Amino acid sequence: MTLAVEPQRLFGDVSVGAALEPLNYTVSATTVVLGALATRDWRPMHHDKDFAVNRNGTRDIFLNTPNQAAWFERFLTDWTGPYGRLGWVRFRMKGSVFPGDTMTLSGVVSGVEVDPVGCGFVTIDVSLSVDDDVKTTCTARVALPVDASDNPWARRGDQWRPAPPAS
Amino acid sequence: MTAADAPAEVRDLIGVEQYHETGEFPVERGYIWTSCASVENGNPLFWDDSTAEAITGGPVAPPSMVSVWFRPHHWAPGRAEQALPLQVHFDLKEHLGLPEAVMTDNTIEFHTPVRVGDVLRTHQVLRSVSDEKTTKLGTGRFWVIDVVYTNQDGELVAKESYTGFGYRREVAPGQAAS
Repeated sequence: MTLAVEPQRLFGDVSVGAALEPLNYTVSATTVVLGALATRDWRPMHHDKDFAVNRNGTRDIFLNTPNQAAWFERFLTDWTGPYGRLGWVRFRMKGSVFPGDTMTLSGVVSGVEVDPVGCGFVTIDVSLSVDDDVKTTCTARVALPVDASDNPWARRGDQWRPAPPAS
Repeated sequence: MTAADAPAEVRDLIGVEQYHETGEFPVERGYIWTSCASVENGNPLFWDDSTAEAITGGPVAPPSMVSVWFRPHHWAPGRAEQALPLQVHFDLKEHLGLPEAVMTDNTIEFHTPVRVGDVLRTHQVLRSVSDEKTTKLGTGRFWVIDVVYTNQDGELVAKESYTGFGYRREVAPGQAAS
Protein backbone atom coordinates (compact mmCIF):
# COMPACT_ATOMS: atom_id res chain seq x y z
CA MET A 1 0.00 0.00 0.00
CA THR A 2 1.41 3.41 -0.87
CA LEU A 3 0.90 6.57 1.16
CA ALA A 4 -2.17 8.70 0.50
CA VAL A 5 -0.12 11.88 0.15
CA GLU A 6 3.20 11.63 -1.67
CA PRO A 7 6.10 12.17 0.76
CA GLN A 8 8.25 15.23 0.15
CA ARG A 9 11.37 13.41 1.33
CA LEU A 10 12.17 9.78 2.13
CA PHE A 11 14.77 8.54 4.60
CA GLY A 12 16.83 7.12 1.74
CA ASP A 13 17.04 10.59 0.13
CA VAL A 14 19.10 11.88 3.06
CA SER A 15 22.80 11.50 3.80
CA VAL A 16 25.11 12.77 6.52
CA GLY A 17 26.52 16.19 5.71
CA ALA A 18 23.51 17.33 3.68
CA ALA A 19 22.63 20.97 4.37
CA LEU A 20 19.12 22.32 4.79
CA GLU A 21 18.14 25.45 2.89
CA PRO A 22 18.81 28.34 5.35
CA LEU A 23 15.88 30.42 6.59
CA ASN A 24 16.35 34.17 7.11
CA TYR A 25 13.80 36.24 9.02
CA THR A 26 13.95 39.79 10.34
CA VAL A 27 12.46 39.92 13.82
CA SER A 28 10.25 42.84 14.83
CA ALA A 29 8.67 43.70 18.19
CA THR A 30 5.50 42.16 16.73
CA THR A 31 7.37 38.90 16.08
CA VAL A 32 8.42 38.75 19.73
CA VAL A 33 5.02 39.70 21.16
CA LEU A 34 3.06 37.46 18.77
CA GLY A 35 5.36 34.56 19.60
CA ALA A 36 4.94 35.14 23.33
CA LEU A 37 1.14 35.36 23.12
CA ALA A 38 0.93 32.33 20.78
CA THR A 39 2.74 30.34 23.47
CA ARG A 40 0.68 31.88 26.33
CA ASP A 41 3.81 33.41 27.84
CA TRP A 42 2.70 36.57 29.62
CA ARG A 43 6.04 37.35 31.27
CA PRO A 44 6.94 41.02 30.79
CA MET A 45 10.41 40.55 29.28
CA HIS A 46 8.68 39.38 26.10
CA HIS A 47 6.46 42.45 25.69
CA ASP A 48 7.69 45.24 28.02
CA LYS A 49 10.97 46.83 26.92
CA ASP A 50 11.33 48.82 30.15
CA PHE A 51 11.13 45.61 32.20
CA ALA A 52 13.51 43.75 29.88
CA VAL A 53 16.13 46.51 30.07
CA ASN A 54 15.88 47.43 33.73
CA ARG A 55 15.12 44.06 35.32
CA ASN A 56 16.67 41.52 32.96
CA GLY A 57 19.57 43.70 31.87
CA THR A 58 18.96 42.96 28.19
CA ARG A 59 18.82 45.61 25.48
CA ASP A 60 15.22 44.96 24.49
CA ILE A 61 12.40 42.42 24.67
CA PHE A 62 13.49 39.05 23.27
CA LEU A 63 12.09 35.86 21.69
CA ASN A 64 10.92 33.36 24.31
CA THR A 65 12.05 29.74 24.37
CA PRO A 66 8.77 28.03 23.34
CA ASN A 67 8.44 30.31 20.33
CA GLN A 68 12.01 29.53 19.32
CA ALA A 69 10.99 25.87 19.51
CA ALA A 70 8.18 26.66 17.08
CA TRP A 71 10.66 28.36 14.73
CA PHE A 72 12.90 25.28 14.83
CA GLU A 73 9.96 22.96 14.18
CA ARG A 74 8.86 25.05 11.20
CA PHE A 75 12.42 25.05 9.82
CA LEU A 76 12.71 21.25 10.14
CA THR A 77 9.31 20.37 8.72
CA ASP A 78 9.72 22.81 5.81
CA TRP A 79 12.53 20.44 4.88
CA THR A 80 10.94 17.09 5.72
CA GLY A 81 7.40 17.77 4.57
CA PRO A 82 4.34 16.71 6.59
CA TYR A 83 5.44 13.08 7.04
CA GLY A 84 8.41 14.29 9.09
CA ARG A 85 7.65 13.45 12.73
CA LEU A 86 9.70 15.07 15.48
CA GLY A 87 11.01 12.55 17.97
CA TRP A 88 13.45 14.43 20.15
CA VAL A 89 14.93 17.93 20.36
CA ARG A 90 17.46 19.73 22.53
CA PHE A 91 17.80 23.51 22.55
CA ARG A 92 20.70 25.43 24.05
CA MET A 93 20.15 29.12 24.48
CA LYS A 94 23.39 31.11 24.31
CA GLY A 95 22.09 34.60 23.60
CA SER A 96 18.89 36.50 22.98
CA VAL A 97 17.16 37.49 19.75
CA PHE A 98 15.85 41.06 19.74
CA PRO A 99 13.66 43.20 17.48
CA GLY A 100 15.73 44.42 14.53
CA ASP A 101 17.82 41.23 14.41
CA THR A 102 17.79 39.17 11.23
CA MET A 103 17.97 35.59 12.41
CA THR A 104 19.30 32.81 10.21
CA LEU A 105 18.36 29.19 10.84
CA SER A 106 20.69 26.70 9.21
CA GLY A 107 21.01 22.96 9.59
CA VAL A 108 23.19 20.00 8.66
CA VAL A 109 22.37 16.30 8.82
CA SER A 110 24.71 14.74 11.39
CA GLY A 111 23.28 11.23 11.55
CA VAL A 112 20.96 8.74 9.82
CA GLU A 113 19.77 5.58 11.52
CA VAL A 114 17.07 2.95 11.09
CA ASP A 115 16.16 1.96 14.65
CA PRO A 116 15.45 -1.62 15.83
CA VAL A 117 11.76 -1.36 14.88
CA GLY A 118 12.47 -0.10 11.36
CA CYS A 119 11.86 3.62 11.90
CA GLY A 120 14.19 5.91 9.94
CA PHE A 121 15.52 8.72 12.13
CA VAL A 122 17.58 11.63 10.83
CA THR A 123 19.62 13.72 13.29
CA ILE A 124 20.00 17.36 12.33
CA ASP A 125 22.18 20.01 13.99
CA VAL A 126 20.49 23.37 13.65
CA SER A 127 21.73 26.79 14.65
CA LEU A 128 19.92 30.09 14.99
CA SER A 129 22.34 32.96 14.51
CA VAL A 130 22.32 36.72 14.14
CA ASP A 131 25.21 38.28 12.18
CA ASP A 132 27.06 34.96 12.45
CA ASP A 133 26.75 35.04 16.25
CA VAL A 134 25.07 31.78 17.32
CA LYS A 135 22.16 32.53 19.68
CA THR A 136 20.57 29.08 19.99
CA THR A 137 21.60 25.62 18.91
CA CYS A 138 19.22 22.72 18.41
CA THR A 139 19.82 19.03 17.86
CA ALA A 140 16.75 17.23 16.53
CA ARG A 141 15.83 13.65 15.64
CA VAL A 142 13.12 13.52 13.01
CA ALA A 143 11.57 10.38 11.55
CA LEU A 144 11.08 10.15 7.79
CA PRO A 145 9.28 7.40 5.84
CA VAL A 146 11.75 4.63 5.02
CA ASP A 147 9.78 3.82 1.85
CA ALA A 148 6.58 4.76 0.05
CA SER A 149 4.48 2.62 2.40
CA ASP A 150 5.89 3.82 5.74
CA ASN A 151 4.26 6.61 7.74
CA PRO A 152 6.11 7.59 10.95
CA TRP A 153 2.90 9.14 12.33
CA ALA A 154 1.19 5.73 12.22
CA ARG A 155 3.68 4.28 14.71
CA ARG A 156 2.29 3.60 18.18
CA GLY A 157 3.51 2.09 21.43
CA ASP A 158 6.70 0.10 21.09
CA GLN A 159 6.93 0.95 17.38
CA TRP A 160 7.77 4.60 18.24
CA ARG A 161 11.06 5.08 20.12
CA PRO A 162 12.06 8.74 20.11
CA ALA A 163 15.32 8.37 22.02
CA PRO A 164 18.15 10.94 22.04
CA PRO A 165 20.80 10.46 19.33
CA ALA A 166 23.68 8.18 20.22
CA SER A 167 26.53 10.44 21.39
CA MET B 1 24.38 16.16 41.07
CA THR B 2 23.05 18.49 43.75
CA ALA B 3 25.11 20.97 45.72
CA ALA B 4 25.56 20.02 49.36
CA ASP B 5 25.29 23.68 50.35
CA ALA B 6 21.79 24.03 48.86
CA PRO B 7 19.11 24.60 51.55
CA ALA B 8 17.59 21.41 52.96
CA GLU B 9 14.12 22.50 51.80
CA VAL B 10 15.47 22.44 48.25
CA ARG B 11 17.44 19.21 48.55
CA ASP B 12 14.35 17.47 49.95
CA LEU B 13 12.45 18.23 46.73
CA ILE B 14 14.88 16.38 44.47
CA GLY B 15 13.09 13.52 42.71
CA VAL B 16 9.66 14.38 44.14
CA GLU B 17 6.65 14.58 41.78
CA GLN B 18 5.06 18.00 42.26
CA TYR B 19 2.24 20.04 40.78
CA HIS B 20 0.05 17.37 39.22
CA GLU B 21 -2.12 19.55 37.01
CA THR B 22 -4.74 19.27 34.30
CA GLY B 23 -4.72 21.75 31.42
CA GLU B 24 -7.12 24.67 31.88
CA PHE B 25 -8.69 24.12 28.45
CA PRO B 26 -8.81 21.42 25.77
CA VAL B 27 -6.30 21.54 22.93
CA GLU B 28 -7.88 23.81 20.33
CA ARG B 29 -7.23 24.91 16.80
CA GLY B 30 -7.20 28.66 17.38
CA TYR B 31 -3.96 28.42 19.31
CA ILE B 32 -2.54 25.97 16.77
CA TRP B 33 -3.20 28.44 13.97
CA THR B 34 -1.91 31.41 16.00
CA SER B 35 1.27 29.49 16.76
CA CYS B 36 1.77 28.48 13.14
CA ALA B 37 1.12 32.08 12.05
CA SER B 38 3.69 33.38 14.55
CA VAL B 39 6.45 31.43 12.77
CA GLU B 40 4.85 31.27 9.29
CA ASN B 41 4.61 27.48 9.49
CA GLY B 42 2.66 26.30 6.44
CA ASN B 43 2.81 22.56 7.24
CA PRO B 44 -0.45 21.24 5.72
CA LEU B 45 -0.93 18.92 8.71
CA PHE B 46 -2.16 21.98 10.61
CA TRP B 47 -4.05 23.79 7.87
CA ASP B 48 -5.53 21.15 5.56
CA ASP B 49 -7.96 18.64 7.08
CA SER B 50 -7.68 16.11 4.25
CA THR B 51 -3.88 15.99 4.62
CA ALA B 52 -4.21 15.66 8.39
CA GLU B 53 -6.74 12.85 7.95
CA ALA B 54 -4.49 11.01 5.49
CA ILE B 55 -1.27 11.32 7.48
CA THR B 56 -2.17 11.64 11.16
CA GLY B 57 -5.75 10.36 11.24
CA GLY B 58 -7.15 13.82 11.95
CA PRO B 59 -5.96 17.19 13.24
CA VAL B 60 -2.94 17.20 15.54
CA ALA B 61 -1.06 20.02 17.26
CA PRO B 62 2.54 20.90 16.42
CA PRO B 63 4.64 18.79 18.80
CA SER B 64 6.66 21.82 19.91
CA MET B 65 3.46 23.34 21.39
CA VAL B 66 3.23 20.75 24.16
CA SER B 67 4.01 23.19 26.98
CA VAL B 68 1.57 25.78 25.60
CA TRP B 69 -1.42 23.78 26.83
CA PHE B 70 -0.31 24.24 30.46
CA ARG B 71 0.43 27.93 30.63
CA PRO B 72 -2.30 29.26 32.92
CA HIS B 73 -4.69 32.04 32.06
CA HIS B 74 -3.28 35.43 33.07
CA TRP B 75 -6.40 35.89 35.18
CA ALA B 76 -9.27 33.66 36.23
CA PRO B 77 -12.27 34.18 38.53
CA GLY B 78 -11.46 33.59 42.17
CA ARG B 79 -7.72 33.40 41.65
CA ALA B 80 -6.00 35.64 44.21
CA GLU B 81 -2.47 35.29 42.85
CA GLN B 82 -1.20 34.96 39.33
CA ALA B 83 -0.65 31.29 38.49
CA LEU B 84 2.77 30.58 37.03
CA PRO B 85 3.86 27.94 34.54
CA LEU B 86 6.72 25.67 35.61
CA GLN B 87 6.04 26.52 39.26
CA VAL B 88 9.08 24.56 40.49
CA HIS B 89 11.30 27.07 38.68
CA PHE B 90 9.68 29.99 40.51
CA ASP B 91 9.73 28.13 43.81
CA LEU B 92 13.50 27.71 43.43
CA LYS B 93 14.00 31.43 42.80
CA GLU B 94 12.12 32.08 46.04
CA HIS B 95 13.83 29.37 48.11
CA LEU B 96 17.30 30.36 46.91
CA GLY B 97 16.78 34.14 47.03
CA LEU B 98 17.62 34.55 43.34
CA PRO B 99 15.42 37.30 41.86
CA GLU B 100 16.23 36.79 38.17
CA ALA B 101 16.30 33.62 36.09
CA VAL B 102 16.72 32.46 32.51
CA MET B 103 16.37 29.10 30.78
CA THR B 104 19.57 27.82 29.17
CA ASP B 105 18.70 24.33 27.89
CA ASN B 106 15.46 22.58 26.94
CA THR B 107 15.07 18.93 25.87
CA ILE B 108 11.81 17.36 24.68
CA GLU B 109 11.01 13.75 23.73
CA PHE B 110 7.74 13.46 21.81
CA HIS B 111 5.46 10.43 22.14
CA THR B 112 1.70 10.09 21.38
CA PRO B 113 0.59 13.00 19.14
CA VAL B 114 -1.48 15.75 20.77
CA ARG B 115 -4.92 15.97 19.16
CA VAL B 116 -7.54 18.69 19.04
CA GLY B 117 -9.87 18.15 22.03
CA ASP B 118 -7.26 16.45 24.23
CA VAL B 119 -7.15 17.50 27.88
CA LEU B 120 -3.57 17.00 28.97
CA ARG B 121 -2.09 16.36 32.37
CA THR B 122 1.35 17.16 33.71
CA HIS B 123 3.64 17.01 36.68
CA GLN B 124 7.08 18.43 37.49
CA VAL B 125 10.16 16.87 39.11
CA LEU B 126 13.23 18.79 40.32
CA ARG B 127 16.30 16.78 39.24
CA SER B 128 19.30 18.81 40.43
CA VAL B 129 20.62 22.15 41.76
CA SER B 130 24.23 23.22 41.18
CA ASP B 131 26.85 24.95 43.31
CA GLU B 132 26.99 28.72 43.00
CA LYS B 133 28.37 29.82 39.63
CA THR B 134 29.17 33.23 38.17
CA THR B 135 28.25 33.96 34.54
CA LYS B 136 28.06 37.19 32.55
CA LEU B 137 24.50 37.61 33.88
CA GLY B 138 25.42 37.37 37.57
CA THR B 139 26.00 34.88 40.36
CA GLY B 140 23.54 32.08 41.05
CA ARG B 141 22.75 28.42 40.51
CA PHE B 142 21.73 26.14 37.65
CA TRP B 143 18.87 23.69 38.13
CA VAL B 144 17.22 20.93 36.07
CA ILE B 145 13.45 20.36 36.10
CA ASP B 146 11.64 17.52 34.28
CA VAL B 147 8.06 17.90 33.08
CA VAL B 148 5.96 14.84 32.12
CA TYR B 149 2.87 15.21 29.93
CA THR B 150 0.10 12.64 29.46
CA ASN B 151 -3.29 12.74 27.75
CA GLN B 152 -6.77 11.98 29.11
CA ASP B 153 -6.23 8.26 28.34
CA GLY B 154 -3.02 8.16 30.38
CA GLU B 155 -0.82 7.87 27.30
CA LEU B 156 2.59 9.53 27.51
CA VAL B 157 2.61 12.58 25.26
CA ALA B 158 6.02 14.08 26.00
CA LYS B 159 8.89 14.25 28.46
CA GLU B 160 10.57 17.61 28.77
CA SER B 161 13.60 18.78 30.70
CA TYR B 162 14.57 22.40 31.44
CA THR B 163 17.86 23.78 32.70
CA GLY B 164 17.40 27.14 34.40
CA PHE B 165 19.90 29.63 35.83
CA GLY B 166 18.68 31.74 38.75
CA TYR B 167 20.91 34.69 39.61
CA ARG B 168 21.52 38.03 41.22
CA ARG B 169 22.74 40.74 38.88
CA GLU B 170 26.22 42.07 39.64
CA VAL B 171 26.04 45.67 40.90
CA ALA B 172 28.75 47.97 39.58
CA PRO B 173 30.66 50.10 42.18
CA GLY B 174 28.73 53.27 42.97
CA GLN B 175 25.49 51.87 41.51
CA ALA B 176 22.60 51.34 43.87
CA ALA B 177 20.94 47.93 43.89
CA SER B 178 17.29 48.03 42.88
